[in-house]
Amino acid sequence: MNGEFLTPIDAFTVIDLIFMSMLVVVGIAIVRLKDLFAVVMLSGVYSLVSAAWFVSLDAVDVAFTEAAVGAGISTVLMLGAMLLTARQAAPTKPARHWVALIVVCATGAALLYATVDMPSFGDPLSAPNAYIGLEYLKRTGPETGVPNVVSAVLASYRGYDTFGETTVILTAGLGVVLILGLGGPAIKRKKAPAKTKAAKANQSKILGAHHVVLRVISKLMIPVIIIYGAYVQFHGDFGPGGGFQAGLIIASAIILYALIYGIDAAKEAVPPSLVRLGAALGVLIYGGVGVINLLLGGNFLEYNILNPTHPAHGQELGIMFVEIGVLVTVASVMLIIFYGFTSRQPDIKDKDW
Amino acid sequence: MSALIASDILSLLPAWVLMHAAALLVVTPLLSGPIALILSRGRLAWAWALGISIITFMLALVLYGQVLEHGSVMYVFGNWAPPVGITYNIDALNILILLIVAGMGLLSLINGLPSVMQEIEPKDQAPFFAAYMLCLAGLMGVAITGDAFNVFVFLEISSISTYILVAMGGSKDRRALTSSFNYLILGTIGATFFVIGLGLVYMATGTLNMADITVQLHENGDSRVVRAAFAFIVIGLGLKTAMFPLHTWLPGAYSYSPTMVGTFLASTATKVAFYAMVRFIFGVFSTGEPFDGALLELVLAPMAVAAMIICSVQALYQMDLRKLLAYSSVAQLGYMLLGLSMGTAAGLSAGLLHMFNHALMKGALFMGVGIFGLRYGVRRVPDLAGLGKTMPVTAAAFTVSGLSLIGMPLTAGFVSKYYLIIAALERGWWWAVAAILASSVLAIFYVWKMVEMMYLREAPKAKSRARKPQAKAPLLALIPLLILAVANVWFFFDASLPKGLTDAAAAALLGGGAS
Repeated sequence: MNGEFLTPIDAFTVIDLIFMSMLVVVGIAIVRLKDLFAVVMLSGVYSLVSAAWFVSLDAVDVAFTEAAVGAGISTVLMLGAMLLTARQAAPTKPARHWVALIVVCATGAALLYATVDMPSFGDPLSAPNAYIGLEYLKRTGPETGVPNVVSAVLASYRGYDTFGETTVILTAGLGVVLILGLGGPAIKRKKAPAKTKAAKANQSKILGAHHVVLRVISKLMIPVIIIYGAYVQFHGDFGPGGGFQAGLIIASAIILYALIYGIDAAKEAVPPSLVRLGAALGVLIYGGVGVINLLLGGNFLEYNILNPTHPAHGQELGIMFVEIGVLVTVASVMLIIFYGFTSRQPDIKDKDW
Repeated sequence: MSALIASDILSLLPAWVLMHAAALLVVTPLLSGPIALILSRGRLAWAWALGISIITFMLALVLYGQVLEHGSVMYVFGNWAPPVGITYNIDALNILILLIVAGMGLLSLINGLPSVMQEIEPKDQAPFFAAYMLCLAGLMGVAITGDAFNVFVFLEISSISTYILVAMGGSKDRRALTSSFNYLILGTIGATFFVIGLGLVYMATGTLNMADITVQLHENGDSRVVRAAFAFIVIGLGLKTAMFPLHTWLPGAYSYSPTMVGTFLASTATKVAFYAMVRFIFGVFSTGEPFDGALLELVLAPMAVAAMIICSVQALYQMDLRKLLAYSSVAQLGYMLLGLSMGTAAGLSAGLLHMFNHALMKGALFMGVGIFGLRYGVRRVPDLAGLGKTMPVTAAAFTVSGLSLIGMPLTAGFVSKYYLIIAALERGWWWAVAAILASSVLAIFYVWKMVEMMYLREAPKAKSRARKPQAKAPLLALIPLLILAVANVWFFFDASLPKGLTDAAAAALLGGGAS
């Protein structure tokens, strides 16, 4: 066959095409809509559809991340941001930006121009599949002992990039700390604990007593979500998952708590000062592993040195610790962003939800 | 000769430092950022950042010594040999930019303490210095790496921290926030273009290691994917470099940011992006004919000339001092791009030399404006009136750097413009020579506007902003300015350090031929 490889039109191709058309439709709807709440929801839908599409493309790790980021946490954060602004986009006069149109068309044309010479999807002989990609597949098992190749590439072979990405997340959190602030620690309730029945009823009203269903369900759910986060964290070596996704999941559990029990209750449980420390600490854990490698006589992030008699065990250990670093920074920064947004707002009124 | 001295000095250092200098150069400031965030006091964080910056600069010098001795240095992360792992590759080209970034990072930090104490709220000072250290590490990470994707990661670190640092000018002037947002949008578009380009490169070659990409491109030959990748990468980096029509983010970002940030960015940020552009055009995509020639002559050279003329005219009409300097920066980037677009070793070397000199002159000018502002709240050109008498030392250093910006003999600016003109003549580009001269004449006008105001106008006598007669520049802020002013003269008489590096870099990239 001499390198000839054709993508068959099978069921998966049809599914892919359906997903792609859905993305286009949702994308156009996001652009056209003026209702910001609907836009936020649709962007969540967009992410979820992309995640499903990634699954169909066999990129399960990417799909998981996309679902956790796009459909999960960023929807919540955008809702938080929306509280600071209007519910509707300001009406804009239809203006013709010809230069912008030309630039966009040229960019699209360049991408289309390139498609002609692109390798077919899934071509085993294409450069990315045949060269280093294949190398990773062959070497991950014997060298790192980690079954999930994605985790090995991410945390070891290209671990320095991930160290950089963790720092990018810290930097984003730093930006929120500097520009929006964290809104200080939890405000202790001014009223003394309610004694009379009426006052008690009043207080529970403030906390949203009529959301009994939400409160009960969330009480059941939050521990499960956190345990699931821990599972995703430590199962990342074997299947999709790792510090990034786990950090998002754990942060969303705390955000869920904040949404239902109020921001002050969340700040009492996880104080902003702790979150700020955590963001820094995660990067320091990741970098610290590298520094320990240096001190033991290896190169930066050379985990083999952690266990000279059995390098693969050293790899596993190193990967585990750097993933913990990623978890700590990601979870903390997500909370920084959430606290940053919500503490600009006096309080989330129940009727707004 | 200098290589021998370098090896003598290097032999005094512990072998461990020598072995890991490349990694430590970036990792040290990178890890110092989170630690600065934990330190909650502003001055403490500054002292910490200062100590780290000194170490960083010394590490850059160590690497410089190693490059002189060995020609190039490679560091392998995780001990995964390339192309499987990530490497740092240091040669004559990027050690120059590393020295600029580390040196200017240190000097702006020393210069910046008084202004930060004045401009940034006490509770924000520690995170501010944390962001500064991350920005420093990010810029050096872009310059030092031998891995194409690693460039993107560190570009993101430096860009995001830059947006934050610019926005911190918001307490002084609210326009900093819109400038920062503008920069964020354009910078993100630039980064997206760059990463799309990288994706296409990976599709065509299956590798991310720069040296390996070059090898694979030679083997696989030209394809539409590679061409599109090249276009996306050049445009993405062009946005970050503030290449002429893509420069609109720069004036606002430089002029409304906190004083220290303006100084640091003006002397480093666009230079790093310019370096990356040189590296990708002549290093990674060195397959030659298909695009280089046409791109350089038909696209980059006209843009460069347009920047040199149009932005110099814009600078002429600015009354805001920092905005004037910012527009002048875009024009000066035009000189560097002109050198690059010649496509010859002589031209590239001259462009890189101008990059080095421009960091010295623009850093000094921004520091000067910062010191004037610190004492008298100077922001606009007329505010400079009479400062030649009231602040003679600062004004003198400012003037020397201004002369260097024009390219007067006896200053460093003359040297790089001279080599640029020689290179243009070799190439037979008479119009380029004319553009250089015309742009220099415009520079005379806009520098003269400031100098005249300082020396030939009387200070306003009784103003509400009462001028304190004893006002002197704070020594801490003044020392870096004086160092840079002296450097601006020093590198006229002895340009061997930067010239040696730029010649070697240009020769390595364009295959000999450097005179």
